[in-house]
Amino acid sequence: MADSREDASRTSVTLASPGQQLDEFENPGLPPHRPRLADRDPRAEKRAERQVALLFTISVIGTLLFFVGYFFIPLNDTIARLRLQNLTLGLGTAFAMLGIGVGIVHWAKTLMPDHEVTESRHEIRPENDRQDAEKIVNDILDESGIKRRPLIRNTLLGAVVLAPLPAIAIFRDLGPLPGNVLKETMWDAGVRLTRDPSGTPIRASDVTRGSAFHVIPEGLNEVENKLEEKAKAVVLLMRLDPSELNPSPGRENWGYDGIVAYSKICTHVGCPVALYEQHTHHLLCPCHQSTFDLEQECKVIFGPAARPLPQLPIEVDDEGYLVASSDFQEPVGPSFWERG
Amino acid sequence: MSSSTATQPYVPKTRVGKVTDYVDSRVGGSGIVKEFGRKIFPDHWTFMFGEVALYTFVILLISGTFLTFFYDPSMAETHYEGSYLPLRGVEMSVAYASSLDISFDIRGGLFMRQVHHWSALLFVASVAVHMLRVFFTGAFRRPREFNWVVGCVLLILSLAAGFTGYSLPDDLLSGNGLRIIDGVMKAIPVVGTYLSFFLFGGEFPGTAIIGRLYVLHILLIPAVILLMIGIHLFMVVLHKHSQFPGPGRTNTNVVGYPVGPVYAAKAGGFFFIVFGVLAAISAAFTINPIWNYGPYDPSPVSAGTQPDWYIGWVDGALRLMPGTLGPNFDFEFMIPFPWGDNALSLNVLFPALVPATIIFALMFTWPWIEAWITKDKREHHLLDRPRNAPTRTAIGVAGVVFYCIQWAAASSDLIATHFLVSLNDVLYVLRFLVIFGPVIAFMVTRRIALALQRKDREIALHGRETGRIVRLPHGEFIEVHEPVDDYKLYKLVSFNSPEVSIPRADANGKVGLVDKVHGRVSRFFFEDRVAPVTPRELEESHHDHHGEVAGAQDREAITSR
Repeated sequence: MADSREDASRTSVTLASPGQQLDEFENPGLPPHRPRLADRDPRAEKRAERQVALLFTISVIGTLLFFVGYFFIPLNDTIARLRLQNLTLGLGTAFAMLGIGVGIVHWAKTLMPDHEVTESRHEIRPENDRQDAEKIVNDILDESGIKRRPLIRNTLLGAVVLAPLPAIAIFRDLGPLPGNVLKETMWDAGVRLTRDPSGTPIRASDVTRGSAFHVIPEGLNEVENKLEEKAKAVVLLMRLDPSELNPSPGRENWGYDGIVAYSKICTHVGCPVALYEQHTHHLLCPCHQSTFDLEQECKVIFGPAARPLPQLPIEVDDEGYLVASSDFQEPVGPSFWERG
Repeated sequence: MSSSTATQPYVPKTRVGKVTDYVDSRVGGSGIVKEFGRKIFPDHWTFMFGEVALYTFVILLISGTFLTFFYDPSMAETHYEGSYLPLRGVEMSVAYASSLDISFDIRGGLFMRQVHHWSALLFVASVAVHMLRVFFTGAFRRPREFNWVVGCVLLILSLAAGFTGYSLPDDLLSGNGLRIIDGVMKAIPVVGTYLSFFLFGGEFPGTAIIGRLYVLHILLIPAVILLMIGIHLFMVVLHKHSQFPGPGRTNTNVVGYPVGPVYAAKAGGFFFIVFGVLAAISAAFTINPIWNYGPYDPSPVSAGTQPDWYIGWVDGALRLMPGTLGPNFDFEFMIPFPWGDNALSLNVLFPALVPATIIFALMFTWPWIEAWITKDKREHHLLDRPRNAPTRTAIGVAGVVFYCIQWAAASSDLIATHFLVSLNDVLYVLRFLVIFGPVIAFMVTRRIALALQRKDREIALHGRETGRIVRLPHGEFIEVHEPVDDYKLYKLVSFNSPEVSIPRADANGKVGLVDKVHGRVSRFFFEDRVAPVTPRELEESHHDHHGEVAGAQDREAITSR
């Protein structure tokens, strides 16, 4: 056991071993075994035995604690009670498990023999095994006749290559094709801007300077695919001093007296751009911190988004409510290949 | 049959013996016991990470099975009627409502949810740390290359298991996570939009995704993980465990404790310890309080949210990438085609794919890359101490730093609010660090490894410092060094130290391009090298400095104190 340097030449592959050059130290072999306290002192041994038994007893107590929590701490609609029950169940389980685990490990470390044992490694692939296997494989190939009969081999290959295709094709109905749905939202000329989530319409006079409204199109709460429509149609409505807005040519009448509406869906990967900093007129996406500047038509001024938030053209109807003048002029939300 | 006639047929005497014999004679248990009963496993604390991974997986199966009995993966709309008052009457999906019921109305349900979530976090962490152990000690070298690859697959599967499970409660937080996945998927050229529509069964969010993730999470992914664990452990048995070099340990033996009783007791007990620790954490620390987030709705979002830790680096990479450069350049390109323009969003695609591709590609191929560099085709059953492979260790640390900077970037907003610094500055610094951090880490780590090797040399040659200052008769002060014993010495001097391989010219006197590249890489790896102490050096050092090394009397004096 002590001197276990073995002859490496018996294996067919070379084994890396420090000490193969002459100019290296001799492996001194395993250090002498150092007896533990419990190996020498019967009292220490007895003590370790009692400690292990105590740990197992703690486990029993833990299991009982679990049942105390389960049956005697009824839930009563308060979070505090739930927490107490969770704590009792959890600590009960923890003691039940740790008692067993620590007990067994303590037993192994103090009372079971701790002599290190040496075992030699086997060659992973002995050469005679390889020869036998080669012969077997050749016999199998030979008996199957696959080499002699190329017609069978080639038709089988063709069949095997084609056979999985239905297994792929059958997944076609996982979803419909995108079509144009990503380019259209519920907004249209005359659709009222309403509050999210109540759906009450908004008058231009409600939108005071500095305020921001989370907006959904009128009737959104009634449509069947509400969440899908909402994921495209949500809008942020803000009022600035008209002199602070710098609309580009063709977009001068997309707002109303300093009130502007922009898509709330980030052009990066689609999180809601929910934070409005009214002093700087910046919109910030809390997911990845893309920052958009309202004074520059929501141009990206920081962060990973590459495109401005699309603007929703708005006007005021006869009754003084804000309505859309049309749908968005470009697709909202994250980019996709067919967006252009 | 003929051989059994030579001996009397075995007749068991006790009742246990009879039952055992009944089973054994039908399943061949004796052979299994003979093979594994006294099999030797080397012992080292770093070998426990893989055990933690295995045990947390078992705990995940146990707690997850409990959860499936109460969870309903339906996205149908319902109104919550359970006992959590703030959400009573709120419209939500059945999946979210059943997750709330597990937390509030099933006794022990919250505990099991928390055990499951904490175990998942620990599972991925232990897989990752286990792989770092394997990498830094060179345990991936021949013959264990394939098992390293199986481990890499297991890491990816554990990430997939974590992510699919994370989305199941259908709360606001995980819903926004899915929204990000949808956005990233749509950025994939040509097929992205189709992939998204196929995954979600139409437009995001749709009503199919939770059910589909559920099947992946409870059936497909765990089944493949189990299969991979089977292959992984089979190969561990086949190769026998690697071991650290040391006295008595060679490349052709295994030194350790037999399975029965010591190793089985320690490993078995350790399962209960892992379970116990997870139970204690789940008892005291809330994880994923879904009731605070509310049901998923595409409009609201909470600030300061983060994904689970193992997905954080991808989210961080998304944050680090600038979408625009200056006022007039952005990373979304409109590519003109005859049928119109198509959009290529490199601001999403690049951070989502490139760092992960670099890390996983290097990880999967590393055993072969290193074998090519060292030209070492031998079997290695003895591990390297990380300091004895300075360049490999430095590359590993550079990778860890690359990962961690991205992970930190997923908390950029929290770093800004907690330390009261500008959010923009945090990102600028992290953008710098994600590129230069790994380089700095590489250089520093290599220096540290070489310094530790020099320290080892110093101790091997001159012994350990005793702290005892002695004044020699002629007035000189020296510190007495005590030589280390043979066993400790062997630990310090027994390691492989590859040298630079210089490219050789072929018959025509030319050096091929591949050989040239190999020579360069080899120099990069092994030029800075601290060779192990040889017996001759030790001999010489004793002659040179015999005054500094404690003699026999000194040693006696030291030990007798």
